[in-house]
Amino acid sequence: MSYLPYALAVWILAVGLYGVVRSRNLIHLVVCLTVAQSSTYVLLLSIGYVNRGTAPIFADVPKGTRAVDPVVQALTLTDVVVSVTVAALLLALAIQAQRHADTTDPDELAEMHG
Amino acid sequence: MSRGVRSGLFLVSAAGLTALLLWAVAGLPDFGHYRGPYGKVLNSVAVGERHTTNVVAAVVFDYRGIDTMGEEFILFASVMGVALLLRNPHRERRQVPARIQSDAVRLAGIGFAAGLLVLGLYVVAHGYLTPGGGFQGGVVLASAFVLVYLAGDYHAYRSLSPTPALDVVGATGAGGYTVVGIVSLLLGSAFLHNFGPLGATGKLASGGSIPFLNIASALEVSAAFVLLFSEFLDELVVRPEARSE
Repeated sequence: MSYLPYALAVWILAVGLYGVVRSRNLIHLVVCLTVAQSSTYVLLLSIGYVNRGTAPIFADVPKGTRAVDPVVQALTLTDVVVSVTVAALLLALAIQAQRHADTTDPDELAEMHG
Repeated sequence: MSRGVRSGLFLVSAAGLTALLLWAVAGLPDFGHYRGPYGKVLNSVAVGERHTTNVVAAVVFDYRGIDTMGEEFILFASVMGVALLLRNPHRERRQVPARIQSDAVRLAGIGFAAGLLVLGLYVVAHGYLTPGGGFQGGVVLASAFVLVYLAGDYHAYRSLSPTPALDVVGATGAGGYTVVGIVSLLLGSAFLHNFGPLGATGKLASGGSIPFLNIASALEVSAAFVLLFSEFLDELVVRPEARSE
């Protein structure tokens, strides 16, 4: 059972990638990519978890209380920001595709030339 | 490649990838038995060294401050990229009618927007004491503006968020972060090394240069998000151009 959170991250990645491959709409594709990327948050946060550890914030608990790892949490914050920036750029590209090709279906876009 | 062939190819390779990843994570330490020493050290020394009670904020704005600078500039570059991709100066703007006619919705929207603004400021200001920080609070601040659009209309939103002002705020945030780093250099320490009085632990005036970096990132993040929303909302009001086919 102790590997279940890691396996969950792998599952989320697989589901997200499946959505990307099967997508018929660029907006849907971006959402699926975000789902796939969210697997990294689950993986990072579950790696840093310490049994019966509290949040690494010592405002209300005494110094020296057992706490989870703060470094992976900071990395997750970076991860979230990167995910948002990628999603924003891809959505802008989807609007461009709609403007120029009049479609947001990746399959129809692939048939376009020039 | 047809969809069927592609799906088949994907299922085979995804099964392989999943198997490999499951094999890899089976080699990780058991859940709850984290063995990384770096976080443990920070949890025991950060409060004493930096006088901030939120160790995650201490990591983000101090121990890994240069990493966060890169993160801020990623956001900056992405907003610039979206603005470049969506710009189209030749299209005329049309008046969009207000979608919401109900006064009750407008009043509730204004109330919630004001509340969100205060909550965002609180999350930013106490970022290095309690859960929160410049990034989280910045997003909350930006969502207050979206609420103005949702409960009011596009023109109310746009007059509240003039692009030139947002550009200045965003640039101040990104530039301010770098300036704090350069001040560290001028004081004779490493780039972004903490400086200034550390103050009393648990008080707003604590943490040396962490509050300045916190506020700089809040400015950058809130301006970046409002700019992103504006870019996408502008698509609503530009007339679809005549196609040249």
